[in-house]
Amino acid sequence: MQPASTANQTEAETAPTDLEGLIGRFREALAPESVITDPQRLRTYECDGLASYRVVPAVVVLPENADQVGEIVAACAEYGIAFVARGSGTGLSAGALPRSDGVLIVTSRMRRILEVDVANERAVVEPGVINLDVTKAAAPHGYYFAPDPSSQQVCSVGGNVAENSGGAHCLKYGFTSNHVLALEVVTPDGDTVELGGRARDVPGYDLMGAFVGSEGTLGVVTKIVVRLLRAPESVQTLLAGFPSTDEAGGAVSKIIAEGITPAAIEMMDALSIEAAEQAVRCGYPEGAGAVLVVELDGPAPEVEHTFAEVQRHCRDHGAFEVRVAADDAERAMIWKGRKSAFAAVGRISPDYIVQDGVIPRTALPEVLTRISALSAESGVRVANVFHAGDGNLHPLVLFDGSEPGAVERAEEVSGSILDVCLAHGGSITGEHGVGADKVKYMGRMFTEQDLDTMQRVRCAFDPDNRCNPGKVFPTPRLCGEAPGQRRGVHPLTEAGLADQF
Amino acid sequence: MTTSTGDAVRGALTGAIGSERVRDAEEGDTVGGVRPRWVASVATTEQAASAMSAAAEHGLRVVPRGSGSKIDWGAPPEAVDLVLDLSQAGGVLEHAAGDLVLHARAGTPLDEVRRVAADAGQQLSIDQPLPTATVGGVIATGTTGPGRHLYGAVRDLLIGITVVRPDGVVTISGGKVVKNVAGYDLGKLYTGSHGTLGVITEAIFRLHPVAEQHRWISVTLDEPAAAGEAVRVVRSSQAMPTAVELERAGTTGPITVCAQIEGRPGATHQRALELSEVLGSAVGVTGEVLDTAPEWWGEYPFDGDTGLRLGVEPSAVAALLTGAQQAAQRRGVTLRTRGSVGLGLVHAAIPEEVPPATVAELVGELRAAAAEHHGYGVVLRAPRAVLASVDPWGPIPAGVLTLMRRTKDQFDPEHRLSPGRFVGGIR
Ligand SMILES: Cc1cc2nc3c(=O)[nH]c(=O)nc-3n(C[C@H](O)[C@H](O)[C@H](O)COP(=O)(O)OP(=O)(O)OC[C@H]3O[C@@H](n4cnc5c(N)ncnc54)[C@H](O)[C@@H]3O)c2cc1C
Repeated sequence: MQPASTANQTEAETAPTDLEGLIGRFREALAPESVITDPQRLRTYECDGLASYRVVPAVVVLPENADQVGEIVAACAEYGIAFVARGSGTGLSAGALPRSDGVLIVTSRMRRILEVDVANERAVVEPGVINLDVTKAAAPHGYYFAPDPSSQQVCSVGGNVAENSGGAHCLKYGFTSNHVLALEVVTPDGDTVELGGRARDVPGYDLMGAFVGSEGTLGVVTKIVVRLLRAPESVQTLLAGFPSTDEAGGAVSKIIAEGITPAAIEMMDALSIEAAEQAVRCGYPEGAGAVLVVELDGPAPEVEHTFAEVQRHCRDHGAFEVRVAADDAERAMIWKGRKSAFAAVGRISPDYIVQDGVIPRTALPEVLTRISALSAESGVRVANVFHAGDGNLHPLVLFDGSEPGAVERAEEVSGSILDVCLAHGGSITGEHGVGADKVKYMGRMFTEQDLDTMQRVRCAFDPDNRCNPGKVFPTPRLCGEAPGQRRGVHPLTEAGLADQF
Repeated sequence: MTTSTGDAVRGALTGAIGSERVRDAEEGDTVGGVRPRWVASVATTEQAASAMSAAAEHGLRVVPRGSGSKIDWGAPPEAVDLVLDLSQAGGVLEHAAGDLVLHARAGTPLDEVRRVAADAGQQLSIDQPLPTATVGGVIATGTTGPGRHLYGAVRDLLIGITVVRPDGVVTISGGKVVKNVAGYDLGKLYTGSHGTLGVITEAIFRLHPVAEQHRWISVTLDEPAAAGEAVRVVRSSQAMPTAVELERAGTTGPITVCAQIEGRPGATHQRALELSEVLGSAVGVTGEVLDTAPEWWGEYPFDGDTGLRLGVEPSAVAALLTGAQQAAQRRGVTLRTRGSVGLGLVHAAIPEEVPPATVAELVGELRAAAAEHHGYGVVLRAPRAVLASVDPWGPIPAGVLTLMRRTKDQFDPEHRLSPGRFVGGIR
């Protein structure tokens, strides 16, 4: 199949795109039920987890294997048509938002776990495999897949790779990027390449490192080699109730300052506790202004000792109740409130925005004060849920979309929270990604030149800007001919200097 | 573009950063046998940017340099006009101890970073044995050492980076918070790029607390197969080793496998005794628990020799060692091996006095042995005569190489940054 070329692009710009022709090609290559053009069925795919952005794609394809993905993408290249990959559609930044003039490639039929290789502590999976299924397959061998987004029962590993997803346990174990060894990728011109490798540190540029977290803008992942970790000998979990987030924050600081690295430290404030209570009856300590969920894991003698210290630090910082999970069932109960927190705020507000900002953890008290001031000034309620150990905040900005101006007010508060994060040296997103939603904030965190430099990678992979265009970057960079390409004799040689070197 | 004379170039550099920061290159400034014309020493990102702008204006080919401890790593550059010396661009700019984050200029010696972090009971978990190594050099070469096993490689610890582009523009990627997915993670791309994509001037790392006690559990075995089994036992235990290393001083003869564990006082020693017992009974040799790391720990097995990094999937370490042993025996060469076998990484040394043709053959066979197990072999450094007959990087699959070449073209369209030093003849 012919590779994408600049000629294609200009053609695409001037001539109407031949979508019908492309769809015809899909029908030749794929099973009939794998090509969706029925408007009613296309609607199913109009948005991801961020439903405020909706676009019905021109066509949806459901490939069953990597070869089919290769054929689809190559055909898109030939016809000069844009495409977007989609896993489970749980993304919270409209990263998988379709294009009305483009193809949506959905990986939900690519759910095979191809290999669980305990001797090499790795698994090889197709991109549509559900995150939790990797751990389920590894568990009988005493292993697990570390990235554990709260959506892990539904989100795909391909989506995790694209978003560099984290989870409650990434404080100690890192993000998806720390747990991927190799990727098979179909590049935007339809070639299949392997990035990374089953051995560590393969020679060459770490293109895999750049790919993870690129939000589907560099190609379609068709196979993922993930690391598996040995299950810890011991796990201990506690729930501590504090009068307010200040005390809870103080306990977090103390724990970290003591050189303890918990597997997770999560915090929820009064409003989010109230929501969780209504939704899942998690039975969190009554009257708490904040709760902490702290989990430790590792060799039993270490965990035992450190867990006692953590309990002491909680009490020293005003915890009025500390509950220790006696078994896995109680542990699950403690986590239930936290993991259902996003959905739970639906109980106390008709609409809400899930924000995802990051601050240096030590700035927590200041930032929370700023957020409550923003809330008070605007009259917009904000519930706070966060990965306290690594300063990743998920303020839930509550509003009622039926009230005039409410959406705008909520969005303003939500945006101001990101400004607060940036003012403290933080980030506009810790795990949900930029997608279409945060494109407008990228210029607040990076200069035009920073963004231009990042897009040089995109130009290397996708010079025609057909792979999930419009995401991550506010303005596309024209790739074309590299600027200032020097031709002819090197100036120093010309000057008769080079020979002396 | 007008023709530049030597005087004009020097004048431009001097104008950009001051005459005291520019000098003619000397023998000691040679990069892989290629002598540059000038050396510009910069102390800050801004000065690096000014120097790079001047270099861009005059089409200079530039090799960035830290302390020079690994300047001979990689392939020789095809040409160098200017060495951009960052060894004066040092200093820890911020150590946010409460956030376990440290921001340093690229020229900061790793030792200095260690000292600063240690004052707060913290560590940057990059083991790098060369005493003068700087932050920038460690990132550019993506070195690997024992602590990598648990805490991750340079790529995993780097959370933010400042880079001066070939056109002199200062850009950043990442930031000073550990959790951050805004934009592409270019830090990963620059890590191990050997100065071919941009000039690294500052870096932000995540730190880890230093454990109160460390212990090393060591067993010495005769055969690769037994060593492989020892590695497997340690890796699959729940003792949570923070490093799993191997050392073999000769082509044949004893192999030491040594695991590090850490934690709180007392309990760590007890855990070490337990692991030692498990390990000992698995391989039929009594294990030893050490209070200090063995003297070879974290050191490269090579110096002036040909030094390689061999990588395979972790379960294939024994097969790799066997293959390496046989290849070296056939040629009567003494091969030293040492490395992070828990991750399938081994450093190997072929003595300096072995004839280049023999080295080339041996490297070929080592690569073949590794390739049987999804592996590879990179010649990190070698005497010049050896580099004349060996591609230090080895083969790169065509599809990926195309992407790498396009990446280089995008970042350095004029091919002025360390041209020729990297894989696949990328210039
Ligand atoms: C209730 C809830 C809780 C959540 N909790 C967390 C959390 O704790 N941590 C966290 O990090 N995230 C969380 N998320 C966000 C989301 O689940 C993650 O971003 C997840 O990784 C997305 O996976 P997905 O399969 O749904 O991807 P999608 O939403 O389908 O796609 C996400 C992005 O990945 C790209 N993509 C998908 N598949 C591929 C592929 N094969 N190749 C290339 N690109 C691809 C898409 O183009 C898009 O840009 C949560 C979401 C919800 C709804």
